[in-house]
Amino acid sequence: MQASLTREQQVELYYYMKLNRSLEERLVNLFRQNKLLGGVYLSVGQEAISVGTAYALGPGDWIAPMIRNVGALLVRGFLPVDIFTQYMARQTSPTQGKDGTSHFGDLKKRHVVSPISMLGDLIPVMTGVAMAGRYLGQNIVTMTWIGDGGTSTGAFHEGMNLAAQQKAPFVCVIENNQWAYSTPVSRQVPVRDLAERARAYGIKSFIVDGNDVLAVWRTSQEAVDLCRAGEGPVIIEAKTMRMRGHAQHDPAEYVPKEMFEYWKQRDPLELYEKYLTNNKLWDAKTRKALEARIERELQAAMETAEQASFPPAELAEQGVYCDGCHTIEAEWKRSKKEVTPPASSVEPVWKVEGFGVKEAPQTADTKAAVEETLAAETPGRQVKSGNGIPAPFTKSSSNGKNAAKPAKPAAKQNVKSKPALVAARKGRR
Amino acid sequence: MAQVTYLEAIRQALIEEMDRDPAVVMIGEDIGVYGGAFKVSAGMLERFGWERIIDTPISETAIIGAAVGMSYQGLRPIAELQFIDFIACCFNQITNFVAKSHYRWGAPVPMVIRGPAGGGVHGGPFHSQNPEMYFVHTPGLKVVYPSTAYDAKGLMKSAVRDNNPVLFLEHKFLYRRIKEDLPKEEYTVPIGKAAVRREGSDLTILSYAAMAHTSLEAAELLAKEGIDAEVVDLRTLLPLDRDTIFASLKKTNKLLVVHEDTRTGGVAGEIAALVCEGAFEELDGPILRVTSLDTPVPFSPPLEERFLPNVEKVAAAARELAKY
Repeated sequence: MQASLTREQQVELYYYMKLNRSLEERLVNLFRQNKLLGGVYLSVGQEAISVGTAYALGPGDWIAPMIRNVGALLVRGFLPVDIFTQYMARQTSPTQGKDGTSHFGDLKKRHVVSPISMLGDLIPVMTGVAMAGRYLGQNIVTMTWIGDGGTSTGAFHEGMNLAAQQKAPFVCVIENNQWAYSTPVSRQVPVRDLAERARAYGIKSFIVDGNDVLAVWRTSQEAVDLCRAGEGPVIIEAKTMRMRGHAQHDPAEYVPKEMFEYWKQRDPLELYEKYLTNNKLWDAKTRKALEARIERELQAAMETAEQASFPPAELAEQGVYCDGCHTIEAEWKRSKKEVTPPASSVEPVWKVEGFGVKEAPQTADTKAAVEETLAAETPGRQVKSGNGIPAPFTKSSSNGKNAAKPAKPAAKQNVKSKPALVAARKGRR
Repeated sequence: MAQVTYLEAIRQALIEEMDRDPAVVMIGEDIGVYGGAFKVSAGMLERFGWERIIDTPISETAIIGAAVGMSYQGLRPIAELQFIDFIACCFNQITNFVAKSHYRWGAPVPMVIRGPAGGGVHGGPFHSQNPEMYFVHTPGLKVVYPSTAYDAKGLMKSAVRDNNPVLFLEHKFLYRRIKEDLPKEEYTVPIGKAAVRREGSDLTILSYAAMAHTSLEAAELLAKEGIDAEVVDLRTLLPLDRDTIFASLKKTNKLLVVHEDTRTGGVAGEIAALVCEGAFEELDGPILRVTSLDTPVPFSPPLEERFLPNVEKVAAAARELAKY
């Protein structure tokens, strides 16, 4: 594990975050000028997550970005012109105008899987990429992101469960940005911390301040290392805030003003700028040069994209099938002999340990987790409805070791609070 | 030479493909130790090990999703759905993720989705369905539905080697009811090619899967009455083999389409439209269809018999058509 980042790397994190934000600011301008097609989905306020998580991966690892992960695409080596042309539906875009937004990828070089709009589907897909990676002997880790809203899908559960059962080297980053379109987290799920879901899968999880890029990077490093060591999958819940509407058309009037105010004070870029300055990791000159470089790059990319032509109409008819245009070849890092008969032969019987639930072996981790769950009865941990401001950020792990101690209401109170909570929920509907 | 059942032919194809190419893996529910609900993969765990015969939780979406991920890595996964009826559980993965992948962003998905389909075995509403048309209506997929052991083996091999996602429907009524001698040497059956099962001159009966057998039986019955029917087995539903359909029609000038799928929105309607657009002058009579009823598949034998097409229903429609 890389314990710390060099000065250059720390500045590079800023470069990607700033590039992410400035790129999206330009997208908004282009949208207002009617130069884009479709909606614009911004990651303003969430840049530290995309950049910090993706930065923890190696070149052989795989990602599948969601709609608010432009930062991850940039870290992975895609260029601003790719994103501009995607939004402008030009022929030179990564999908040649077949799809828009961040719906593109690159299997061979950058190992990026294109998302689809349906949430949760990437979880089993990236589990499959991870399983194949292990089968092929690649020692890779796969990563995808999902919002708080997306965790309620069936595909999320099926995928996480399969990943856990397979011990797939897969990191699932839950970006808890407090809102699924117009619905606050408290109206989506009856838990405060989505990382708690990990317990149901018997896997490790972390909660991290999603607006602190270094914390995000460190946590991701830890998760990636766990996965590479065969202790995956891992869930990271990054607490953050969606600072704009669901998409550009949405003024997000349903969000309490105080909530925006609160999170504005915690802007990930401003926080990191202060950090870099206070720790003398850059000076005014470096910063100015960096920002000038970003502006230059974006301006050039935008001009290139605007000059690019639309695809020829006949392209619509092409590419439904792969008619030999691609060569399918796996990247084997182990001997094929190992997985071919007779070497692959096994005794076809289940090895069942324990022979029953009561006697089932319990690892120290799961035992601690169970005890912790019993101690921290969830109804006692009510989420304040409305502003959704989370408790102080703590990096915790479900293995109990570093876990933040949850509030421990007395048992009696729990019994009382339960019906009250049920009533309150009913009332809200 | 020992005769090979439809089911055994599929099993042979799977084993031979997995022997040939270590990139081929199987994933599904109860396919390993148990060998699959119909024993299609019996003995395969023993031969190929846990890494290549992957038993999963009951999670159809995760099965298809994981298979997509594997195919992005250059593997050629074969995903089994225990009964094809459960394909509804992973409809989104198949239609939105799998089928659109190559068109949207140039990522091929070389995978096979296979499972037992079809009725006639009193399986009831959830173990008898023919879901082919949901997927024939989905650009990017290929859909095959063989009627013979020879085709089942040859088409499975083609499906595994195809760079595109292939939905491979296996008719469970045929699994152990039909058998034939298969060539010793390696062969494949091309996807997208129909087969003329019986030459005839009076009318064409177009069918596939179990109904190809029903249609052949009906043709023999009709022959005794002096009606010489040609029987064409589609074998592949997407892409449809227009050339063979048109060639047969040119010969007989009359078309009867028989399928076990329900009537409204079944492939017969699509074929009728194709013929009207492309070969209207060839028609000497209306295009007729014999299909299942527009109901769920009922459970009780007399109900299912009413529901399904049979030799009598096919022969009756053919007699009507022959009058033109």
